[in-house]
Amino acid sequence: MSEETITADETTRRDFIYVASGMLGVVGVAGLAWPFIDQMRPDAAVRAAGQPVDIDISSIEPGAAIIVTWRGKPYFVRRLTETEIGAVTELTDSDLKDPAPAEPRIGGPADEATKDWVVVAANCTHLGCIPKVVDSGADGWNCPCHGSVFDFTGRILRGPAPINLPQPPHVFADASTLTIGTDTV
Amino acid sequence: MSRVAQNYGNRTMKHIIATIGAAAVAMTLVMPGAKAAEEGGEEHTVHYPLQKPVEQDWSFAGPFGKYDKGQLQRGFKVYANVCAACHSLKRVAFRDFHELGYSDEEVDAIAAGYEVQDGPNADGEMFTRPALPTDYFPGPYENTEQAKLANNGAVPPDFSLIAKARGVERGFPLFVFDVFTQYAEGGPDYIYSLLTGYGEEPPAHIEVPDGLYYNPHFVSGSALAMAQPLYGEDVEFDDGTPATIEQEARDVAAFLMWAAEPHLTERKEMGFRVMVFLVLFSVFLYLAKKQVWSRVEH
Amino acid sequence: MSIHEAHGTYTPTSGIGKWIDARMPLPRMMYDSFVAYPVPRNLNYAYTFGGILSLMLVAQILTGVVLAMHYVASTGMAFTSVESIMRDVNHGWLLRYMHANGASFFFVAVYLHMFRGMYYGSYKAPRELLWILGCIIYLLMMATGFMGYVLPWGQMSFWGATVITGFFTAFPLIGEWVQELLLGGYAVGDPTLNRFFSLHYLLPFMIAGVVVLHVWALHVTGQTNPTGIEVKSKTDTVAFTPYATIKDAFAMMVFFAVFAYFIFYLPNFLGHPDNYIEADPLVTPAHIVPEWYFLPFYAMLRAITFNIGPIDSKLGGVLVMFGSIALLFIMPWLDTSKVRSAVYRPWYKLFFWIFAADAIFLGWLGAKPAEGIYTMLAQIATLYYFAFFLIILPVLGLIETPRRLPNSITEAVLARSKKSGAQQVTSGAAASPETRG
Repeated sequence: MSEETITADETTRRDFIYVASGMLGVVGVAGLAWPFIDQMRPDAAVRAAGQPVDIDISSIEPGAAIIVTWRGKPYFVRRLTETEIGAVTELTDSDLKDPAPAEPRIGGPADEATKDWVVVAANCTHLGCIPKVVDSGADGWNCPCHGSVFDFTGRILRGPAPINLPQPPHVFADASTLTIGTDTV
Repeated sequence: MSRVAQNYGNRTMKHIIATIGAAAVAMTLVMPGAKAAEEGGEEHTVHYPLQKPVEQDWSFAGPFGKYDKGQLQRGFKVYANVCAACHSLKRVAFRDFHELGYSDEEVDAIAAGYEVQDGPNADGEMFTRPALPTDYFPGPYENTEQAKLANNGAVPPDFSLIAKARGVERGFPLFVFDVFTQYAEGGPDYIYSLLTGYGEEPPAHIEVPDGLYYNPHFVSGSALAMAQPLYGEDVEFDDGTPATIEQEARDVAAFLMWAAEPHLTERKEMGFRVMVFLVLFSVFLYLAKKQVWSRVEH
Repeated sequence: MSIHEAHGTYTPTSGIGKWIDARMPLPRMMYDSFVAYPVPRNLNYAYTFGGILSLMLVAQILTGVVLAMHYVASTGMAFTSVESIMRDVNHGWLLRYMHANGASFFFVAVYLHMFRGMYYGSYKAPRELLWILGCIIYLLMMATGFMGYVLPWGQMSFWGATVITGFFTAFPLIGEWVQELLLGGYAVGDPTLNRFFSLHYLLPFMIAGVVVLHVWALHVTGQTNPTGIEVKSKTDTVAFTPYATIKDAFAMMVFFAVFAYFIFYLPNFLGHPDNYIEADPLVTPAHIVPEWYFLPFYAMLRAITFNIGPIDSKLGGVLVMFGSIALLFIMPWLDTSKVRSAVYRPWYKLFFWIFAADAIFLGWLGAKPAEGIYTMLAQIATLYYFAFFLIILPVLGLIETPRRLPNSITEAVLARSKKSGAQQVTSGAAASPETRG
């Protein structure tokens, strides 16, 4: 039979050809597969639209709140009055379902002494409805769907929502501009 | 079949072939006469363009071609200052301009130089605002009817794909050679030739209607509704390149090619890697095939 | 059963293998069909196009499915969605060019596959059903390709659709009713585009189903081979794996290399510039042309410029066009020759190559304007096309003297290797062929 006449050299050469072909095949298939997977990731238009947004906050007075969107989701930008800030600082851990300190949640432009801005997600952490802006004692937001109540910094006080309204990455670029979507200027 | 029948069959075969052959020869002799009669006679079908595009050298031609960003920036300036008055570029977004070598700030600044419509605002009204990188190039007209009104009934076409939407038939055997030379620049060649093709006096037998301008390079007729757009010195290039009409035409044609095919450079670079791999893989598979088949007679 | 069914060679060794085999013999079927299955040992590279076609079908389905994740089938958004794929979707330009050029290469491969069948007599008994299934696949491919070309909603997309759906008005009485049914309206529009997208997505899976039947029919009769004589003994064949597998793999890679060359360097060469202009129902392009793979039929359609009795030229053209495809289905019965392969049929070989040239000539004519000398040439070329099937095939079989056939495939192979002399064959193989296989 022919096998006996094949030398050791031929065996290694034959194996090399088969192994090399197989490996090239695997590399080729992987290279070919990547574009098919990559095309499902967000495309250039979506990525561009998802860049941080700049919001002009110069006309927002204390006590006012607006809703802005970033990456398709709504966010509250609210400026607190002194009374409201006072009401917030009076709350203790026992009042909160998801205890967290108030001060880090209130920010403002770097060169302003008074920090009175709150930026939080506008979807209730229960099932996603947009809470109503209220001003009643320590209540800052009241969700009409199932009755969750949040304080002026978006921390859950009572109701079915489990956690505080999360805060997006944001930074005050200057005295009149808030950038949502990044922590750095 | 009997041998007699076979012989008869072969002779009939030869007879048939001879007759067909004779007919073919006769036809070849008759055909040029028929063709001449047809051309000189009733139907004189003119084929446009009257002059085929003049082939240019493009930095993006060939297997290793890529865009020259400096040229694209110059071409953009020509488009923005001359063509944009009538021609939109609605499929190109300002964010795409990073590919031309502009920085983030420069792209923001270019965008901010244009006004786009947005709205409705809280009052329910539409308003205009400076463009952002995510916006697309605003066109000069709000709709087709406005464009027609401003241009004697002719709509200036959008330029986003014009470099791929124009091409002149190359004919046999050129189209065979084109496969091997990878000629894919018919669009830019056409645009360059059209832009530099004005100025000739139309020959006596061609009547140019009012409102149209003679250009032998135009693909749809002898004259088109666009007046000569470039004369040379229409813009001043930031890099100091002299703005001759040829330079402007070449640069704007290159820019329009980029607008139509922004991923060209990436495509050819990937193509090289892919072709090397496939050739290598084919060689290995051939060796493997030879190895496998060496065991049997075939 | 036939020599081509390798029973009982599959013996699963692993636990899982035995478990599955006892419950559903699919691995066994795969093994019998694609590993142990005997193929003639003298198959040349013309026989690799079946494998290439399977690869192209998979490629088109994969690229098509991912493109469909981004495409919008509405007249307002279709063109823009395709441009969004080309500009913004990650590697979208690559996937689009793969799919568009893939359609062309799918047809290149199918035409080479069909011409191989015509040359080697693969359509002749007992493979008539195999051939007819192939014709059905070809028809489905044409429908799929036609509808796919409409989807980008360029000028050629729209006007090509207008022309093709306009054919049906040629039929008396029911013509317009059928046309409106196909269009979903009075002209090509949103209903048309939407249903074309739906059907374009569906048909490739039907093609895949018919391909399964096609391969099944093939495995019952076995492959033809260049000699045209049937397999007589085991020495005529080799196992599909590794012999045909590796040869097919090599051929696929070469084909893929040419395909890649067009994708990366000439992606718009086989297309038409006018399809980069958004469809405009009020502006007709100067020359409406279908994609190159339809050009021969387009030439035949336009060649009928005269009325034949009660049949006007429009209807005549449509009938000739449909007839030219219908003739393929009955080819097994038109050819009267007892000899299968053109290798041993010198006259048939001549007429076959004239037919091949005629088909290419018709394709060239299909792109020319339908006027002047081109009309007459198209009429002559159409005449030859029909004469080939209706006159030459039947008559030739009766009067041609074929060359002497070899007694077996083995004999042909050995004769050839003796002639070339350079074949590296170990003495063991030559001396005792019976021990092989």
